Amino acid sequence: MNFDLTDEQQMIVDTTRKFVESEIVPAEEHLDPDAGSLEPHDFERLVTKTKEMGFYGLDIPAEYGGPGLDTTTRALMAIEMSQHRAGLYNPCYGVFGGAGLAQLYEATDAQKERWLYPTLRGEKKGCFALTEPSGGSDPARAIQTKGYKDGTEWVLNGSKLYISGADKADYALLFARTSDDPGRNGVTAFIVDTDSPGFFVRRVVHTLRATHYATELQFEDLRIPEDQILGEVNGGFAIANDRLSRQRIPYAAGCIGPAIKAQAMSIEWAKSRETFGSLLAEKQAIQWMLVDNEIDIRHARYCVLEAAQKADKGLRFRTEAAMAKLVATEAAGRVVDRCMQIHGGIGVTKDLPLERWYRELRIRRVGEGPSEVQKLIMARDIIGGSFK
Amino acid sequence: MGIRLEKNWEILNSTNIEALPGQLGVYQIADKDGQIISVGYAGAKEPFGIRSALEREILRHGNVATQFRYEFTSNYQSRWDELLMLHIYDYGELPEHQQNESSRVGRLHPS
Ligand SMILES: Cc1cc2nc3c(=O)[nH]c(=O)nc-3n(C[C@H](O)[C@H](O)[C@H](O)COP(=O)(O)OP(=O)(O)OC[C@H]3O[C@@H](n4cnc5c(N)ncnc54)[C@H](O)[C@@H]3O)c2cc1C
Repeated sequence: MNFDLTDEQQMIVDTTRKFVESEIVPAEEHLDPDAGSLEPHDFERLVTKTKEMGFYGLDIPAEYGGPGLDTTTRALMAIEMSQHRAGLYNPCYGVFGGAGLAQLYEATDAQKERWLYPTLRGEKKGCFALTEPSGGSDPARAIQTKGYKDGTEWVLNGSKLYISGADKADYALLFARTSDDPGRNGVTAFIVDTDSPGFFVRRVVHTLRATHYATELQFEDLRIPEDQILGEVNGGFAIANDRLSRQRIPYAAGCIGPAIKAQAMSIEWAKSRETFGSLLAEKQAIQWMLVDNEIDIRHARYCVLEAAQKADKGLRFRTEAAMAKLVATEAAGRVVDRCMQIHGGIGVTKDLPLERWYRELRIRRVGEGPSEVQKLIMARDIIGGSFK
Repeated sequence: MGIRLEKNWEILNSTNIEALPGQLGVYQIADKDGQIISVGYAGAKEPFGIRSALEREILRHGNVATQFRYEFTSNYQSRWDELLMLHIYDYGELPEHQQNESSRVGRLHPS
């Protein structure tokens, strides 16, 4: 593996870093420490800037008009874009635009017209509704939302839990059991408008993360025309699974940004704060915490870049992506925890971003597949399991 | 667990506000008829949490604001959004001075 950046990657990293430092951090300073959005005028101003920079719609493939970044460059940007208070779940507050749900690129032309293109234009938002109260680690077996065919429509009944952004979404990618198969071959993916009769967002699920919150959904005789199936009937699980594997690399990369920032803050603090007659930076206990942080950060970065490079080369990257997700989420949590310790009292206040990163990073060890599930994926690959 | 803020209304005056601890949370303000005129939150920028936020509501609404009820929570942002969505569900729109929030918050349909 070669972790040297190309000239173009270095330029992109430098530009993104400068943008975060000179535009995002100052705009964020006067907001509530738990805020999830910029003031509307700041948002519009910065979207104009990212468009001028040619970076708007970062994740949109080149054939759909996006910048067509490779996975490695995108991961490097994710590390930079998350280096501010809200950066973990709201990197740069969305001023780089979204790409929509990746699965929609596999949709029919009519489906693309109705949901994908409006999403790319910023006119529609989607949510991803897989997890149910019966469990999210093993969705293929846990899904209990049931669909049956009635003429040319499917009728769905059931519920979903922890679905991010469903209250604001115009449509949902919704997974339901549509056959007697109790596993992955009995699940179908539907694209559903959230204002359809029978689609209910019942409540906000309050978690450690104050914004970009999760919700609970219920479906009561929700009727969906058959042309709103994404892919094949009973072929939905492969669509869900594909998304989860791909998503792990940027998800992991986004954890590294707050860890880098927390480490920089801690070094600065340790070099200026005195106790017992000397600087914190001169105490071995503190030096070792900073060294442990550095090891964690570099380890996470190497894992993320290795997974990204394999993905870019068209090689199998499932083990690497799972390892990157596991290592980066756990390492970043440890780093921010140590940084809070080094800061003492101020570290646990809302005066600094550390406490927000600490809370939100804890979710990362569960979301998009808990650490144990990442180990399960790696074990299957290493031992040569059948992936059933 | 109900998701509405269903505590009893208290009279909005300096004595009652001063009796509150300076914690973070969410609140509703109503007029004398019990009509909700503001749904707000006391975030970490408030010097004395909910006390400071309520004092500001008195300045904003004057004599019209006569009652309040509140809930302490460190999840004031997501709880505030939830209360705004519930308000839209119950009354069709947000209080007058908060209508610009309509485009930001989503849609809830409680059971
Ligand atoms: C804030 C938030 C937002 C979310 N957003 C979404 C969303 O937008 N869409 C969506 O579909 N889902 C979403 N989720 C759900 C998330 O993906 C699930 O919470 C996650 O997959 C775990 O599922 P679960 O909570 O049901 O835990 P379970 O599946 O019940 O697992 C519980 C615990 O058991 C352990 N475990 C599981 N399997 C194994 C094993 N094989 N070996 C050993 N230990 C194991 C793990 O420690 C795991 O944490 C979100 C969750 C949160 C918290």
